[in-house]
Amino acid sequence: MSDLKINTDLARKILTGFIHSEITRVGFSKGVVGLSGGVDSALSCTLAAEALGPDNVLAVCMPYKTSSKDSLDHAELLIEKTGVQSVTIPITDLVEPLFEKLPEMDNLRRGNVMARTRMAVLYDQSAAFNGLVIGTGNKTEILLGYTTLYGDSACALNPIGDLYKAQVRQLAQAVGVPEEIINKPPSADLWEGQTDEDELGFTYQQVDRLLYLMVDQRFTPEECVQAGFEDDFVRKVLERVQRNHYKRVLPPIAKLSNRTVGYDFLYLRDWGT
Amino acid sequence: MTMKLSLALAQINTSLGNVEANLVKHLDYIKDAQGSGVDLLVFPELSLTGYMLQDLVPSVVRRPSKDDQTFGPLLQASKDMDIVVGFVDEDSRHRFFIATAYLSRGEMIHVHHKVYLPTYGMFDEGRFFAWGDTVQAFDTRFGRVGVLTCEDFWHASPPYLLWLDGADLMLFHSASPGRGLGEAPQLESARWVEHINQAYASLFTTFVAHTNRVGFEDGISFWGGATLYDPDGELVVKGPYHEEALTITEVDLKKIHHTRSKIPLLRDERTGMMQKELQRILEKRDLGNR
Repeated sequence: MSDLKINTDLARKILTGFIHSEITRVGFSKGVVGLSGGVDSALSCTLAAEALGPDNVLAVCMPYKTSSKDSLDHAELLIEKTGVQSVTIPITDLVEPLFEKLPEMDNLRRGNVMARTRMAVLYDQSAAFNGLVIGTGNKTEILLGYTTLYGDSACALNPIGDLYKAQVRQLAQAVGVPEEIINKPPSADLWEGQTDEDELGFTYQQVDRLLYLMVDQRFTPEECVQAGFEDDFVRKVLERVQRNHYKRVLPPIAKLSNRTVGYDFLYLRDWGT
Repeated sequence: MTMKLSLALAQINTSLGNVEANLVKHLDYIKDAQGSGVDLLVFPELSLTGYMLQDLVPSVVRRPSKDDQTFGPLLQASKDMDIVVGFVDEDSRHRFFIATAYLSRGEMIHVHHKVYLPTYGMFDEGRFFAWGDTVQAFDTRFGRVGVLTCEDFWHASPPYLLWLDGADLMLFHSASPGRGLGEAPQLESARWVEHINQAYASLFTTFVAHTNRVGFEDGISFWGGATLYDPDGELVVKGPYHEEALTITEVDLKKIHHTRSKIPLLRDERTGMMQKELQRILEKRDLGNR
């Protein structure tokens, strides 16, 4: 669908400007990115290197023992290509004690523990490097809630969260992310052989187009069906978007006073800067 | 009256709620403009305060008078050059307005209160500000001028009223959040503003200048892209997108004479019929009465 095509020069200018502005205005000059070897973090890392200078970006690789070799190789490739600083901190020794203690854990629980352990490592590196965590979640996964709350979704700022997966790929290509990273099947790589599309039950190509109509064009479910999407698919995606909204907002605070954070204490984060 | 003037359109980034820091930037740009012999310098909407003020509104109010710490230096600077700035005004009944001040020869000669407050989608201005209720042109050393603020000129009626009220130089300014990324080299919001400003210049055979801020407030970007369209609807000058800039251009007011000699749209405008029909429409139809 041509509507998902973006002007990559303009996107690049706005997103590098955003990274630079939102980091420097609060007194920082550096950023930290968790690098998985996938296209999302490759794009965030490349944009950060362009915005802040490669010396001011730390790529943190956090493999688990089952992480695919491709993931590590691709992360390494991206580090070489962008010239950013890097550190590798395997999480196997950190998560295994809990897995051993709770052998009944299924893949979902184990995956969440791994994502949240990576978050803890990343935020520690953020303090050590004196840089802010730059997010790597795209619009498709944010809308679908295909993310671990307080895990991979945790960040100080997110340059790519308003780009659908197809747009991430388009921009990644324009900023020089290597083809092998762009073209491989997307995977959270939390267990062997996992792919996003198997787990979700539909392709990014399908869901990007549907979400674009639902969210950006404000189509009703009926109008989406009229536009050619299967009724079941539309319902399933709509339900996912709705059910996972809690991941996109701060936890509600029970209102008691006249002025309550989250309701009528209204300031942007950039307040005063 | 001066027939040619040097117009400067400032597209600046601002600090959110930090009026002192923004004043320093204004004075820097004023100094640059003075060095270039500028006659009239226009800053963006809410240039002294930042845009998404929310609960900061009451704390950033300034008064456009000489004893005000912010306006004092600006009025002083306006002795050499006319200056248009955006600020938050508070009236005697303590209503807050998105406001524009036109400063000239050390005096404040006009204040406009934004008459259309977008309160939909990502916008929430009506929650924090009162609606202005006046659209008036005013006399300057360059002839009669009108100023409007962002959403004011997304509606056709304010520019039309300024035209009938004698404005031959329209000064529009915005804090326009960038939105609508497609394949075009500019955002949809930029394209829209350029289209309508070009249309106003053509329809009203007048000069239409526009400047818009740049920078970010949280994840929202502002796209800059200052423009001047002449009475033929031709683009005279354009500032860069998404970058701070001071775009300086000459406005040759004689051009209006040439255009209106060819196309007498103002002469032929049937204001009496307009008023009669508007009256009929408003009496007959429930279009609201704001």
